[in-house]
Amino acid sequence: MAETNLKSEKKDELDLSKTEEILAKYEGAKGAIIPILQKIQLEYGYLPESAIDLVAERLNTSASELIGVSTFYAQFHLKPRGKHIVKVCCGTACHVKNSRGLTTKVHQKLKIHKNETTEDKMFTFEEVSCLGACGIAPVVVIDSSVHGEISPDEFEKLLDEYKNTNRE
Amino acid sequence: MDAESVQLKDDNCTGRIVENDYSVVAVCLGTGGIAAGGENVFKKFEEEIKRQGLDAVVGKRVCKTAKTGCRGLCSKDVLVDVSVGGLATEIYERVTVEMVPQIVEEHLIKKTPVTKWLVKDDYHKFHDNQYRLVLGNCGIIDPDHIEDYIERGGYKALKKVLETMTREEVIEEIKRSGLRGRGGGGFPTGQKWASCTKYSADETFIICNADEGDPGAFMDRSLMEGDPHAVLEGMIIGGYAINATSGYIYVRAEYPMAVKRMNYAIIQAKEHGFLGKNILGSGYGLDIIVKEGAGAFVCGESTALQYSIEGKRGMPRTRPPQSVEAGLWDKPTVLNNVETLANVPIIINRGADWYSKIGTEKSKGTKIFSLTGKIKNPGLIEVPMGTTIRQIVFDMGGGIPKKRRFKAVQIGGPSGGCLPESLLDSPIDYESLLGVGAMMGSGSFVVVDDGTCMVELARFFMDFCARESCGKCPPCRIGTTLMLDILTRITQGKGEEGDIPLLEEMCGEVKTMSLCGLGQSAPNPIKSTLRYFRDEYIAHIRDKICPTATCIALHKYEVASEKCTKCQACIRNCPVKAISGSKTESAFIDKTKCIKCNLCYEKCNFMAIK
Repeated sequence: MAETNLKSEKKDELDLSKTEEILAKYEGAKGAIIPILQKIQLEYGYLPESAIDLVAERLNTSASELIGVSTFYAQFHLKPRGKHIVKVCCGTACHVKNSRGLTTKVHQKLKIHKNETTEDKMFTFEEVSCLGACGIAPVVVIDSSVHGEISPDEFEKLLDEYKNTNRE
Repeated sequence: MDAESVQLKDDNCTGRIVENDYSVVAVCLGTGGIAAGGENVFKKFEEEIKRQGLDAVVGKRVCKTAKTGCRGLCSKDVLVDVSVGGLATEIYERVTVEMVPQIVEEHLIKKTPVTKWLVKDDYHKFHDNQYRLVLGNCGIIDPDHIEDYIERGGYKALKKVLETMTREEVIEEIKRSGLRGRGGGGFPTGQKWASCTKYSADETFIICNADEGDPGAFMDRSLMEGDPHAVLEGMIIGGYAINATSGYIYVRAEYPMAVKRMNYAIIQAKEHGFLGKNILGSGYGLDIIVKEGAGAFVCGESTALQYSIEGKRGMPRTRPPQSVEAGLWDKPTVLNNVETLANVPIIINRGADWYSKIGTEKSKGTKIFSLTGKIKNPGLIEVPMGTTIRQIVFDMGGGIPKKRRFKAVQIGGPSGGCLPESLLDSPIDYESLLGVGAMMGSGSFVVVDDGTCMVELARFFMDFCARESCGKCPPCRIGTTLMLDILTRITQGKGEEGDIPLLEEMCGEVKTMSLCGLGQSAPNPIKSTLRYFRDEYIAHIRDKICPTATCIALHKYEVASEKCTKCQACIRNCPVKAISGSKTESAFIDKTKCIKCNLCYEKCNFMAIK
C-alpha cells in the first residue's frame, strides 16, 4: 500500500511555491539542511519527493544526501501521514508504568503498528523515546495535546472520541 | 548551609508574604501543568478576576495572573500559588477549572484560603528537603518576563564579569568552584574552557547541549521552560571566557515549548543589551541561535551534535581532535550541558569559595534529578552532591506507592545502571556511582518496585540502544542488536544455559570496542542487572519463570490464592469463561478452556495471576 501511495503522490502536481519560499528564507545560510527539511515537513506534513528534488537542486547537493539525512532522524517522514498523530511515550518512566498496555490498545483498536497509518488516513501511530513529561507517566500525545497518567481504558475512550468527532 | 542559602531556600517555599497592595495568582504552565489542563485554569482565573471586577472590590489591590515554569512536582498539577496582600502565599494542588470560582471568591476576596484544596504534607516534604539552587527561579518567575529574572538578581553575574573580570579570571573562578559537566561525563568545566583558549581561530563556538535524549530525564527541559535566562546568562559568560563568536543551543525536537521560550528569551536579552554586538558596552559580542534537533538520541554525543548542526547525519567521529580544538565546522568549540551553564551565574555571583563548600570532595554543587517511576511524588528535585539514594526515594519521593516494596533505582538512563536495595545508603556523586556500576548520566532517577522484572528492564534499555545506534561502528550496531536478541529470547522463555556468560562476554566487547559513549555505555544496564539481580536471569533461563510475572510469554495462568481478593474482575473479563470462583472462593483458571489472551492478568489489580 505504501508504494502505491508514493506513486500516486508523484503523479500529483504538488504546489512547490511554499518550498520555494522556505528555500529563499535560508539562502546562503550555513548548515540549513535540517531546518529546511523541518519547515517543509511542517508545511506538507511529510517530505514529498518533488520537494526533496528541488531542495537538492538549490543547495547543490544530491537527493540521496538529503534522503540520507532525513532517514537518519526519527522526526522526518517520507510518506504522507494521518490526520491525527498518536504518540505513545515509551521512555523508561512510562515503560515501568505500563506504556505497553497503551501500545497494545492501539494495535487492537486502530489495527496499526508503529509508524503506520490507518487505511482511512485518520491516525498515524508513533512510539517515542521520551517526551520529558515523566512526572505524569504514562503519557500519550494526540496531535499537540498531552494526556498524562492515562490508563489503557481511558486511552481507548480517548481514541473513540477522536474517531467519533471525525465521523460527524 | 549558611544564612544566605537558608534565605534562598525560604524564598522558594511557602511563607513568603507579598506586599499589601498586590495579589498574584501564579499558575504552573510547564509541560506537566499544561497536560493537566493548566491553560484552561489560567484562562478561568483571568475571566473570574475580571468578572468579579476584583480591582474595584478589593480596592487598590492589583490582581495579576502569572505563568510560571515547572516547579517539579508534576504529579500534583495544576499547581497554583495564590498570594493575597498581607497574607502568606498558599499553594493549591490539582486545581481544575471548576475549583477556580471558589478560590477567587473565598481566597482573593474574603481572604480565607480554601484549606481542603491546599497542598498536603507530602508537597512540603518534597520541597523542604531539597536545596533548590539552580531551580531557585523555576516555578517562581514568569519565564517569558526578563524583568522577573532581573528582579531576582538576573544578569548581575554577566555585568560583574564584563565590567570587572578578565577572561582568565572567569575561567579560574569556574575551575576553583569545582563545577563539572552535568550531562553525564563529569568533565571539569573550567578545564574545558581553558583548553579551548589554547587554540586560536577566526571563529570560536559555544554550544549548549539541550539534546536531553535520556528517556526518563527532563531537568533540562524544565530549566529551559522555567528559567531560560539563567541558561542564557551562563552561556554568555562562557562565551566571553572562551571569546566565542557565536553560540548555538541544540534542543531536541520533542521539546517545542523549550524552543519557544528559549527563542523568546534571546529576543528579550537582545533588547536589553545582554546579547548581540557590544554587550553592555564591553566591546564583546555574541549571537546565539536555537537549533532544533530532529530526533536522534546519539546527537547528545558532542561530535554527533556538531555534525547535526552542520546539517549532516549525526554520527560521532573518532577523537582526537577534541571539540575544543576542531569542533563545529572544524573550529574550536566548547560544548556544555544546560544544567552546567545554569550553574555558572550562581558561581560568579556568590564566588567559587562559597560554591565549592556544597557537595562532596570531588563533586561540587547540586544536581537535579528527575525522580520518576514507582514513586509517590514523582518530579524534579535538586539536592547537594553526596545525598544518599535513600534520602531521595524516601524523604523527598515519599516512598513506594500502593504498599509495594522498593526494588531498585535506575540511575543514568540507557548508559547507567540499576542499583538494588542494599545500596540505598550510597551517596550520589560522580565517582561513587561509577564505583557501583551506575553513572550520573543526565540525571534520570527511575524507581522500580517489586513488580518490575529486571531482565525485561534490561531488555527495554537494550532495545533503546539498538534502535538509537547510529550504525557507524559494528561493535555497537551489531553488538547491541545481538544482545537484544538474547534478552528477548530470555524474556520469552527461550533462554539457554550459556546465555549469561555469553552476555557478559559481549558486554565487555561492546564496551571496549565501540566508537562513542553510546556504544561504550550501552552494556551498563545489562551489567548492573547481572551483578545485582542475577537470580532473576537464572529463574528465567533455568526455571522458565518470571519472578514478578511481568514477562507475558512466561505466564502459567494460575491464580496465587494468597493474593486473590476474590473480587472476580478476572471472571467478569474472561472471554471464554475459563475462570470460576465466587465471593467466598478464590478464582480458578481451567487450563483446558484458557486461550492465554492475558486479559485476566491485565485486569487483576493484585498481581494474583502468574
